[in-house]
Amino acid sequence: MESVAPASVDLQKLSVRQLNHFLHHEIGATSPSRVEILNPNGLHNIAVGLDAPVQVDVRGHAGYFLGGMNRQARIVVHGNVGWSVGENMMSGEVRVKGFASQCAGASAHGGLLFIEGSASSRCGISLKGGDIVVGGHVGHMSAFMAQAGHLVVCGDAGAGLGDSLYEAVIYVRGKIHSLGADAREEPMSECDYDKVGILLSRTGLDWSPREFKRVASAKTLYHWNVDADQEY
Amino acid sequence: MCGIIGLLIKPESKRSQLGEWVTPMMDCMGDRGPDSAGLAVFSPVGDGPLRRFSLFCGRPGFDWTELGKAFERDTACEADLSAIENHGRLVSPIAPERLEEWLSREFPSVHLLSTGRSIEVYKDEGHPAEIAERYGFAGLAASHCVGHTRMATESAVSPAHAHPFTAGEDFCLVHNGSLSNPWSLRRRLQKRGVDFETDNDTEAACRFLEWRMREGESLEDALKAAFIELDGFYTLLMATAEKLVLVRDAFACKPAVVAETEDYVAVSSEFRSLAHLPGIRSAELFEPVPEEIYSWSL
Repeated sequence: MESVAPASVDLQKLSVRQLNHFLHHEIGATSPSRVEILNPNGLHNIAVGLDAPVQVDVRGHAGYFLGGMNRQARIVVHGNVGWSVGENMMSGEVRVKGFASQCAGASAHGGLLFIEGSASSRCGISLKGGDIVVGGHVGHMSAFMAQAGHLVVCGDAGAGLGDSLYEAVIYVRGKIHSLGADAREEPMSECDYDKVGILLSRTGLDWSPREFKRVASAKTLYHWNVDADQEY
Repeated sequence: MCGIIGLLIKPESKRSQLGEWVTPMMDCMGDRGPDSAGLAVFSPVGDGPLRRFSLFCGRPGFDWTELGKAFERDTACEADLSAIENHGRLVSPIAPERLEEWLSREFPSVHLLSTGRSIEVYKDEGHPAEIAERYGFAGLAASHCVGHTRMATESAVSPAHAHPFTAGEDFCLVHNGSLSNPWSLRRRLQKRGVDFETDNDTEAACRFLEWRMREGESLEDALKAAFIELDGFYTLLMATAEKLVLVRDAFACKPAVVAETEDYVAVSSEFRSLAHLPGIRSAELFEPVPEEIYSWSL
């Protein structure tokens, strides 16, 4: 894969629509399997909806929804991203060298999203099976209503972490500002250490899994409790 | 949706480029707010008792020269009046209350947009790119500015409802978001003698902050009170003669990004409107966090 000269697309010359058309329809067995995107300049919807085992390098800062709905592709952003990077991704990998704005990896079903810097609020909101690793901190309400998958936070987590969690599991190395409703800290098992170790090794981070805490659902919201104080 | 932009240029030698740098920011954020726009720019009007007053008259073909002559005749104050389309700029030593009283009597269709020794406000209805062209934003020189591109969600589309909003002297505010309690805030302020010009939610926030400052608080302390008193969504960008100040509410649903180099601090709703700025590739970039007060002084 690395030996193929990358096709280069300059977003000062082509529109995002033209770029995505190229990535959807002209990347096949005979086309270059590496594409380099120049001058992303914060534009939205770059490399959305890919479904090919291609490597995409984005040289600069991208806007909203980068790599959304990704299947198979490996997308690396050499810069920061705006809202909802890797939203609803299905497989493959999205790696952000800088920081990510809110809702990173929202509703991701599969694949790996790796933010080398920090991610802001609502990281991994409604996560549905994907894995997210954040090298820095995450903002408030991260993993809100996350249903399946893993969120690994190497820094600190903001307020309301894991509010209304379902079956997704969160691992945090730093401080947790506060836990959301029904989220609780639980002891790490050997399976947890293994899972964190595998995800860290895939991202090249060398923290010890032993430094992480596990946060999961207390499952008290799973069933209606008639005896609960119904004051809202 | 709405877009907000702000720019503070650090070296005096580069302040002549403010208009050239900020106009593409406004054009780009026209995508977030295509119905009206405004820009407040700050540059000292000079020493002594002079103030700069920004005036607006939406009546086509309004005779600004006539207004200037009538002003000098009626008030016996010096006046340096220049005008472009709907916008008039009056530089005069007249007291602001006297000007307001004279305007409402003699020219009720002319609105006073801003008052101060540094501020000048332009705002109008139409696409931001068109407004920038109409008023020659690209040629403006100033130390700092804040701008807004509006997509109205809660009150009419009109020049008066466009941002920036001003209150008092040399203070203005632009807002992305919507407030839930502007009317209760207004009623409380009205009891204390604060007058309103529109039914817009942002005006309530602007007048609340200016009232606190008039009562002796710093803008930063007034904002701490605003975190408690304002209910709703907001990214607020404010300017005084000396500084730019930025805050986001506790939920931080409304975006903002900051870029800083040795030449400038630039604020925008989205990075793409900053991508043309010189040195942006090596700028320090960050997203402001909720309920933190960011302030940059000249």
